[in-house]
Amino acid sequence: MSDRKLLEITHMSKRFDELEVIKDISLSVKEGEVLSIIGPSGSGKSTLLRCATMLEKMDSGTLTYLGENAAWDENGKCVYAGKKELKHISKYFGLVFQNFNLFPHYSVLKNVMDAPVKVDKVSKKEAKERAMALLEQLGIADKADAYPQQLSGGQQQRVSIARALALQPKILFFDEPTSALDPELTGEVLKVIKQLAREHMTMIIVTHEMQFARELSDRIIFMENGVIQAEGSPEEIFATDNERVQGFIGKFQK
Amino acid sequence: MSLLTMVSQLGVAFVETLKIFCLTLLFSLPLGLIVSFGRMSKCAPLSWLTKLYISVMRGTPLMLQLIVVYFGPYYVFGQKITSSYRFTAVIIAFSINYAAYFAEIFRSGIESIPVGQHEAAKVLGYNKLQTFFHIIFPQMVKRVLPPVTNETITLVKDTSLAFAIAYAEMFKKAKEIAAAQSSVMALMVAGVFYYVFNLLVAWVMGRIEKSMSYYK
Repeated sequence: MSDRKLLEITHMSKRFDELEVIKDISLSVKEGEVLSIIGPSGSGKSTLLRCATMLEKMDSGTLTYLGENAAWDENGKCVYAGKKELKHISKYFGLVFQNFNLFPHYSVLKNVMDAPVKVDKVSKKEAKERAMALLEQLGIADKADAYPQQLSGGQQQRVSIARALALQPKILFFDEPTSALDPELTGEVLKVIKQLAREHMTMIIVTHEMQFARELSDRIIFMENGVIQAEGSPEEIFATDNERVQGFIGKFQK
Repeated sequence: MSLLTMVSQLGVAFVETLKIFCLTLLFSLPLGLIVSFGRMSKCAPLSWLTKLYISVMRGTPLMLQLIVVYFGPYYVFGQKITSSYRFTAVIIAFSINYAAYFAEIFRSGIESIPVGQHEAAKVLGYNKLQTFFHIIFPQMVKRVLPPVTNETITLVKDTSLAFAIAYAEMFKKAKEIAAAQSSVMALMVAGVFYYVFNLLVAWVMGRIEKSMSYYK
């Protein structure tokens, strides 16, 4: 882990009408760091991720990737950088969705190589090589010609991880990557994420897999009601005397 | 008149029917897509205007629309109506009418694509055009094929409405023969023409559907 900050969020707030989902959250992630975000449903974890990946616009705060500002406050209002800058900044991160969102009309291979070709203008040959190497690495090279619907959920999620990695992001977000999977398939996806962690991929993972978060993370954030209730190393979080955190983790450890 | 003569006369007139059918599809499908964009637009006046357009097209008889398009230039601009305008009027009326139906079919198809598809494309860096034409459109086409087949088959039969402005397509010819012979035979034969052609349309559409069945 280096000291370079890949992502920095300060004073992020987001409301949906009357409901304040994220209240003045600040956090940063260093290169090579694995950060897990845990907390009850409705605590704002996914919204935080969606704001960080610019699928939602935050109401106030700053969002910075590698020192480049994507959004900042100006006269009490949040302004986003221009289209061109945002496009550039978007290349720094990838996102893996809970329900994969693979393109059903594309084969596995095309799902992985299409964005590099269309977005980054990589040659087809190179994109294909890169895609095959990733599929190989994630253990699904034999499914390259299959269509997503022919795959198990675990395989689909691995394809979607490969698709995100194909664009060579600096930081990868996971939005409850195993929540749509049964326990048997969860394992194969977690294994892949662990493998990425060993290769020092910078990751932010929203998860309900407590044991996994504990083993894998450099740091864990516990969110509730739109704020960070507790933050620390896995050891600190799992040994906390914060009642809410204890109660939440306790439910998973029976 | 022998049956063979009748069939050959109707066959010649059927070419006109085919022309209406093909040109209407050619114009109304793309127009329908554009209208569906207007209908889904965030710009309220545009969305409101297309809603009104669709509602008028669906809410009034196609036969009346044919008459309006055909005689409109005379009543509004005092222009003399030429006989060559007859065919143009038929194509215009059919195209704008069918575009309204297709627009609603396309809209339902586009809106049925999960929002996750848009989000995945956005995070991967596809621009809006790429997202629509490479990700959304192909999936939309697959979903709307059954209702589009329905409309297409209806169109084959609707071409007979062109007789309202005395355009010489097959049905008009069949009625003339039937009147001259005091027999409904020609109309029955015309019915067979429509039926057989629709079998062909259904078969072609079935093939297209099948070619897209490799994914869900």
